[in-house]
Amino acid sequence: MIDPASRPGTPAQVQLGDDGRLRHFIDIEGLPKALLTEILDTADSFRGVQEAQVKKVPLLRGKTVANLFFENSTRTRATFELAAKRLSADVLNLDIKTSSTAKGETLLDTLQNLEAMQADAFVVRHSDSGAAHFIASQVTPRVAIINAGDGRHAHPTQAMLDMLTIRRHKGDFSRLRVAIVGDILHSRVARSQILALNTLGAAEVRVVAPRTLLPVDVEALGCRVFTRLSEGLAGADVVIALRLQKERMDGALLPSESEFYRHYGLTRDSLAWAHPEAIVMHPGPINRGVEIESAVADGPRSVILDQVTNGIAVRMAVLSMAVSGQTREREQRRQETQ
Amino acid sequence: MTLPEIPALLDSLEARLELCLDRLAVDRDRLAVVGIHTGGVWVAEQLHMRLGLPTPLGTLDIGFWRDDFDHQGLPEGIRASDLPFAVEGRDILLVDDVIMSGRTIRAALNELFDYGRPRRVLLASLLSLPGRELPIQPDACGAELSLAPGQRVKLQGPDPLTLSLVERR
Repeated sequence: MIDPASRPGTPAQVQLGDDGRLRHFIDIEGLPKALLTEILDTADSFRGVQEAQVKKVPLLRGKTVANLFFENSTRTRATFELAAKRLSADVLNLDIKTSSTAKGETLLDTLQNLEAMQADAFVVRHSDSGAAHFIASQVTPRVAIINAGDGRHAHPTQAMLDMLTIRRHKGDFSRLRVAIVGDILHSRVARSQILALNTLGAAEVRVVAPRTLLPVDVEALGCRVFTRLSEGLAGADVVIALRLQKERMDGALLPSESEFYRHYGLTRDSLAWAHPEAIVMHPGPINRGVEIESAVADGPRSVILDQVTNGIAVRMAVLSMAVSGQTREREQRRQETQ
Repeated sequence: MTLPEIPALLDSLEARLELCLDRLAVDRDRLAVVGIHTGGVWVAEQLHMRLGLPTPLGTLDIGFWRDDFDHQGLPEGIRASDLPFAVEGRDILLVDDVIMSGRTIRAALNELFDYGRPRRVLLASLLSLPGRELPIQPDACGAELSLAPGQRVKLQGPDPLTLSLVERR
């Protein structure tokens, strides 16, 4: 029998319940501005909790959050774990590569076992694009699925923590020019950032990269393309450097790292093209001297560590909102069957 | 039913609170007033002004501490709490507009203790309604009211503060 909660469809349809509330968080695409703003507002309130002696709220007491990482991650996994713990959830960390799947158990079996353990949310990172969507729509629709990065497709919590950082430093998006610099081709972060910035109404979104590191049709996402750093940075209010994803490069896309740094590296000199009060961001981990100069990464305009702090607040917001959406649906079903 | 006027309620609450503070010999220079969002903050602002306390006003949003997440989910529009003083060892006056079940105050106490261990916590409420579900009573209230079943009272504000009756289905 097909579970009525399963909804084959676009990520946007799968993510929202009938009442328009979040039940999974898989992709920025298709989510309305009001919902993104609600995530940012909720995260802002969680930032307040981080100032208390006890940095915890009891919202997810008795709930279980399973971190399912099919791909390596340090920062994302650590901040998701901390976020779930600060919501008082019990956290299960599964490094799938080294566990059951290595013994031959299928993904479906693993997930169904976890569902039988009554997990309330799965945080999923996977190297295949669409993995989180597949799980949410086909496998365990009644468990809140949070996408922690899938292939080259999306990394929506990273994009939202970037949006929170921008909003806290620059306020209203409608006047902002945002430049995303570097390896756009391999970046799920860039795609989610462009979608989020456009939904939130940023004045201008730019991508700056050599042709070989730009996806075909990137303009269709809603951004201006620049291949010269001086032009791409001119007057920008926010500059986001991306990591050069050497591990994903299977062809000769670049002559050399030093060549890339010379033309696209964010240095004190190149930053002078941007607005004098521009902030500098980087999703981490940083390749110093490859995409960004140390003096910029550690400099007064860098908000990179602030991004990490905001990451916990955004992940608390998304986890609590998605579990809340599932809770409301369950309560509604219970009332209907009474 | 006619609801009492706000100025009279505030006068009565202030007078009862003064008596309470005197009786307990509370040091007003160390007393911090904390309003519970939203109505409680409006009442707290009035009390803070009337009592002329030197410690800045604090605000609590108890949305993340509610006990009905499993039924209602996350409430909308939660604001960050703001306690611009050290809670540790301090006398705190919690203020809300209406006390009924007592669950809001339980949540507020839980949240407050995450900021430190207060020396003493007092509770002031503009109105007290029957229907307590927890052993929590205000130290001072403006008035005690009894409503017909299904009726609730709602404070609107902040300027002017007005009370209205709400029929609950």
